[in-house]
Amino acid sequence: MQPFTTHTGLAVIIDSANIDTDQIIPKQFLSKVTRDGFGVHLFHDWRYLDDAGDQPNPEFSLNQPRYRGASILLAKENFGCGSSREHAPWALADFGLRVIIAPSFADIFYGNAINNGLLPVRLTEAEVVQLMQEVEAEEGAQVSVDLQARTVTSPSGASFSFDIAPSASHNLLNGLDAIGISLGYGEAIAAYEAEIPSWRA
Amino acid sequence: MVKTLYEKVWDSHIVAAPEGEAPLIYVDRHLVHEVTSPQAFSGLKVAGRKLRAPEKTFATMDHNTSTKSASLDALSPMARTQVETLAQNCKEFGVRLYDIHHKNQGIVHVMGPELGITLPGTVIVCGDSHTATHGAFGALAFGIGTSEVEHVMATQTLRQLKAKTMKIEVRGQVADGITAKDIVLAIIGKIGMDGGTGYVVEFCGEAISALSMEGRMTVCNMAIEMGAKAGMIAPDQTTIDYLEGREFAPKGEAWQQAVAAWKALKSDDDAVFDAHVVLEASDIAPQLTWGTNPGQVVAIDQCVPNPEDESNPTVKASIKKALDYVALTPGTQMTDVSINKVFIGSCTNSRIEDLRSAAHQAKGRKVAAGVTAIVVPGSGLVKEQAEAEGLDKIFIDAGFEWRLPGCSMCLAMNDDRLEAGDRCASTSNRNFEGRQGRGSCTHLVSPAMAAAAAIAGHFVDIRKPY
Repeated sequence: MQPFTTHTGLAVIIDSANIDTDQIIPKQFLSKVTRDGFGVHLFHDWRYLDDAGDQPNPEFSLNQPRYRGASILLAKENFGCGSSREHAPWALADFGLRVIIAPSFADIFYGNAINNGLLPVRLTEAEVVQLMQEVEAEEGAQVSVDLQARTVTSPSGASFSFDIAPSASHNLLNGLDAIGISLGYGEAIAAYEAEIPSWRA
Repeated sequence: MVKTLYEKVWDSHIVAAPEGEAPLIYVDRHLVHEVTSPQAFSGLKVAGRKLRAPEKTFATMDHNTSTKSASLDALSPMARTQVETLAQNCKEFGVRLYDIHHKNQGIVHVMGPELGITLPGTVIVCGDSHTATHGAFGALAFGIGTSEVEHVMATQTLRQLKAKTMKIEVRGQVADGITAKDIVLAIIGKIGMDGGTGYVVEFCGEAISALSMEGRMTVCNMAIEMGAKAGMIAPDQTTIDYLEGREFAPKGEAWQQAVAAWKALKSDDDAVFDAHVVLEASDIAPQLTWGTNPGQVVAIDQCVPNPEDESNPTVKASIKKALDYVALTPGTQMTDVSINKVFIGSCTNSRIEDLRSAAHQAKGRKVAAGVTAIVVPGSGLVKEQAEAEGLDKIFIDAGFEWRLPGCSMCLAMNDDRLEAGDRCASTSNRNFEGRQGRGSCTHLVSPAMAAAAAIAGHFVDIRKPY
C-alpha cells in the first residue's frame, strides 16, 4: 500500500449528503477481475450524459476546468454508504484522489479507503462548509492534510484537527501490508483454532 | 460482568489484541461470490499465499448470473469471465462452489442460512454489505471489502475495532398484514439511513421474537441500510428448529453442545447498550420509500413529503434532490403513484415465506396492463420448494414472470434492468439513484405490497380491499 504522510492539493466539491457507492462506481463497471482502470468510470452517471461516457456533463464539478487535477474531495455527511464494493475507493484513487473530507463516512467504505491508502477525514459539518466556501471562492485554492499531526489546513490558513484510530494511522503512515502483519500471528491463530468447540469448527 | 449478545460473540472470537493495533478476530465462515473475490484471489497468488481454511469458505455465483437461462452463453463477455474466474479460483484453492448448474446455487445470503452454514455465535463475513442478513441467527455477520476478503483468505481473521452497541426494541404485536419488511423500513425511517453508523444493532421485543427466521433475515439484512456494522437477533427455539437437520449444521453430540451454547447466547438482562430505540409495533403501517435512500420512507396512507417542512438545510437539500430525481410532487398520496415494473426477489425478500406472501396477493388475479412483473426466487432450493407448493403456477397464471435464482434486478448487474423513466415496486433493499438502471426509480416495499402494486398498477394499501 502507498504510504500517506502529508498531502497538499486542489480540492473539488460535491455538495451532497449520503453519496452512495452506487454513484461512486455504478454496477455496470463491477465485472472486471482486476483492480485497475476504474477511475474513468468514477461517478459515471453524474459525470457523463450518455451511457458510453463520451459526453461529459458540464454541470458536474469533476468536469469543470477549475477542478482539473483535484486530489482532495469535499462532500457532506455519510459519504460512501451502501454497497461494500471496494471498487469505490479503487475508482476514487485511480482518478487521482488522495483524501476525502466529509462530516461522516459509512463504516465499510471508511475501512476500504484506508486499506487503499486513500485518507478519509472526518471534520465537523461547519468545518466542511467553511472549506467548501473557501475552495469555491478562490480558483486553484489548495488544501493541506497532515496525517501525523492530524490536521487539515484550509486555503485561508485555518487549521482543523481530526481523529483517526491509531492503528489505521500507523498503517497509512507506513504503507503497511496488513495481511503480512497478521500472518505474523500464525501461532496465535493456530492456538485459537485448536480451542474452537466442535459445533463451530 | 454483564454483556450484550454482540459482546459475547466478540469476546469469544478475539485471537490477539496487541497494544496499538486493531484486535484480530477469528472468522468462522467466509462466503464468497464472483464480483468481490477475483482481486482477492489474485492478491493471494501474487504474494504466493495460501487460503488458510478452504473448508470454512463457501462460494456461489449470484450477482451476474442470468435469471432466464442457466447457461454461460446467456452472460455478457465480462460477466462470463468473472464467473469463470470464480470457478477457476475455487478449483485452484479447493473451495466448495455452488455454480449455476447446482441446485444449491443462489443468492449468497439465502444459500448460507438454508444450508446451515450460518450458525448462532459465529463470525461470518462476505464481500457484500448484506452479510448483515446472517445476524438473524445471532451470528456476528458483516460485509467487508476485497482487501479484507484477501485478509480472511490468508489468515481466517480480520482486523476490527469494536463497535458501539444499539438496542432496537419493537414492542407489542404488529397488525394483520404487516411484515418484517414494514418493520425494518419503519425502523430506518425513524433513525435514518445513517442512524446506525458505528453501531452493532440488536433487534429485540415481542414483534421481533414473533418473526419466523425468514422475517428475521429480512430485518437484519437491512441493518446496513441504517448504516449499522451488523444487526443481530438472539437465537431462540425458532432458530434452533430452523437449523436442525440442515446440511452443514452440527450433528449428533456436536448438535447437543451447540444447542446448549445457543440457549445461553443472549444479552444479559442488565446489559448496557450505548443507544436504545423503541418502536410500538401497533403503530407500523405498510411502508414504502418515496425517495432515493432507504431512510426516505413513509406509510402507504401518507403523502410525498414537502422539503419546505424540513428545517435542517442538508436534509432539505437531500429531499429536494431526491424529489427531482424521482419526479414526484410533494403532497401526492402514495396510493396515487403508478408503477410499470415490479421486482420480487433479492437477499431481502426472496425466501419461501416472501414468495407465499406475494402469491397470496396474486392468486386468481392479473397483473395490470402495462406492468411487467418478475419473481426471482433466492436459490435453487427456494425455487424447488415454491414449485412444489404450486406458487410458480399462481404467479404465471397472474401474468408474473417466474425466473431462475440470483441477485437480478436488486442491483441490475445482469440483464434484468430498468429503463430510464421506469418506476418499480421492488422488494429489494436500495432505492439509490440508478440502482436498478440509469434514470429509473425504485420504491422499496414488502412482497405483498409489490404483488398488490403489480395487480393494481399503482401502490395500494393491502389492509383494504383493492
